[in-house]
Amino acid sequence: MSNVPNDLRYTKSHEWVRAASDGSIEVGISDHAQSSLGDLVFVEVPEVGRVLRAGEACAVVESVKAASDVYSPVNGRVTASNAALATQPELLNHEPYTGGWLFRLQPDAPLEGGALMSPADYTKYLAEEA
Amino acid sequence: MAFIPHTADDVAGMLDVIGARSIDDLFDEIPANLRAGVLRVPPALSEMELVRLLNERATSDGRPLNFIGAGAYEHHIPAPVWAITTRGEFYSAYTPYQAEASQGTLQVIYEFQSMICALTGMDVSNASLYDGASALAEACLMAVRANRASASRRILLPRTLNPTYAQVAQSIAGNQGIVFETVNFDRATGCTALESLAAYGGEDITALVIQQPNFFGNLEEAQQLAEWAHSHKILVIAVVNPTSLAILKAPGEWGADIVCGEGQPLGVPLAAGGPYFGFMATRLPYVRQMPGRIVGRTVDVDGRPGFSLTLQAREQHIRRSKATSNICTNQGLMVTAATIYMSLLGPAGLERVAAASLQRTADLLAALSKVAGVKPAFTAPRFHEAVLLLDRPVAPILAALERRGIIGGLDLAERYPELGHALLVCATETKLDLDIDAYARALADVMHPSRAAA
Repeated sequence: MSNVPNDLRYTKSHEWVRAASDGSIEVGISDHAQSSLGDLVFVEVPEVGRVLRAGEACAVVESVKAASDVYSPVNGRVTASNAALATQPELLNHEPYTGGWLFRLQPDAPLEGGALMSPADYTKYLAEEA
Repeated sequence: MAFIPHTADDVAGMLDVIGARSIDDLFDEIPANLRAGVLRVPPALSEMELVRLLNERATSDGRPLNFIGAGAYEHHIPAPVWAITTRGEFYSAYTPYQAEASQGTLQVIYEFQSMICALTGMDVSNASLYDGASALAEACLMAVRANRASASRRILLPRTLNPTYAQVAQSIAGNQGIVFETVNFDRATGCTALESLAAYGGEDITALVIQQPNFFGNLEEAQQLAEWAHSHKILVIAVVNPTSLAILKAPGEWGADIVCGEGQPLGVPLAAGGPYFGFMATRLPYVRQMPGRIVGRTVDVDGRPGFSLTLQAREQHIRRSKATSNICTNQGLMVTAATIYMSLLGPAGLERVAAASLQRTADLLAALSKVAGVKPAFTAPRFHEAVLLLDRPVAPILAALERRGIIGGLDLAERYPELGHALLVCATETKLDLDIDAYARALADVMHPSRAAA
């Protein structure tokens, strides 16, 4: 059973979103995603300042068996990306919700429910996908 | 037995699904003038008849003394190179990559990659590409992915780059949103001047291509050009002649980020234009943007060394439409020959080939420049090619030389009309003093028949 923290929101493509008090968001991939990919060997994160549209491919996570795109959950501008992943891609496997964060965005509009799923909905979604 | 699995009904069914009337409809976007039409092939010949026909054709070429280079070079190929390459263990139209069955093939490619890295001063090489020109096109596409500081997809191509390469890059990469800008050369030196790059100083440029030695055989101020590029966050793509690297500074030392070129000089014969092979190498941070196969060295479960393909997540069988390239093949057999060629010569042997070629071209230039009405076009230092300026059109002179069994070089009139009557010549280690004398005498005779008669 994969770990789905209660304080986050999720996408159908298995990104998680953490809202900060200043209106910015942090994005990573879920525990389910990292465990399906297997041992990660390389992570490419977006450049700071890059403007993203919701659904745009903006990061790549590569494991020994596959490479997958990570999509931006909302429209916004990249304010930070996780440089530690360049030398420690395994952080994504070991700490998908903390040390393995990918990038931070300043969303164009305040974050609302919209296309993002609640933890309960994501858990249900995972059960249906399985 | 038919090896085509689809019946006429299957084909009709598939066409119906996608809404096409015929298979020809699928090729609609290819202009009519580019289509082969009906191939007129004569009836089959027996092996004996075929060998006879091809021998006749080959004989009609004669055995001319060749002084043309321009991207493909005549070098001596030691007999063992192709004797080993054509052994059954290597001789295959397809490169087998299965690690469990192909350790020998994979090791050859790994050794090839190591040699290319040593020559270019780069960290990592791929297993080869089709040819030098398409390698440049791939390098341009790679630079766009690798240079994240640039969004323009604009690439500077000096006019001193082999014009065929510029054309192929335009055909392949120009149709994928890359814009090529042409940079002029200095008419005195025959090299790209730093000043002509200055106009692009404030603009967003993705990459600068530097051919070293350039198409005219001249040595560019490569380090200076590369430093300019890097100071403007422009990636540097080097197009190099691998033989020259035995005596020139490695591109990795003068600042290249991606190195590519034509591998033919390394043991592949001049065979009507191919097959040849392209090579490509880069610095480690860009490896995931590099196209093509890469063989790596690893250990098996018992800790024994072995070889296998690596970093395959770049490739089309995994990344599909987002692969670094959809030309993911290599030229395995040509690479095998090149690896054996380099192994037999060793660094010292390759250096002798390069040094002899340089000397032969210097001798040729000196001998031909003594003919009245012939002078060197440029002042820059050269490798094993040079441009001569004649006092009259080149084409009739070349035709007259050809009647004397000499291929005198490449007429630059069409590609570089601004140079006037310019002739590109080349001499490698295969040309002896007597060959150079023969060319010089023939040229004098052809240009000044009355003096010769006197």
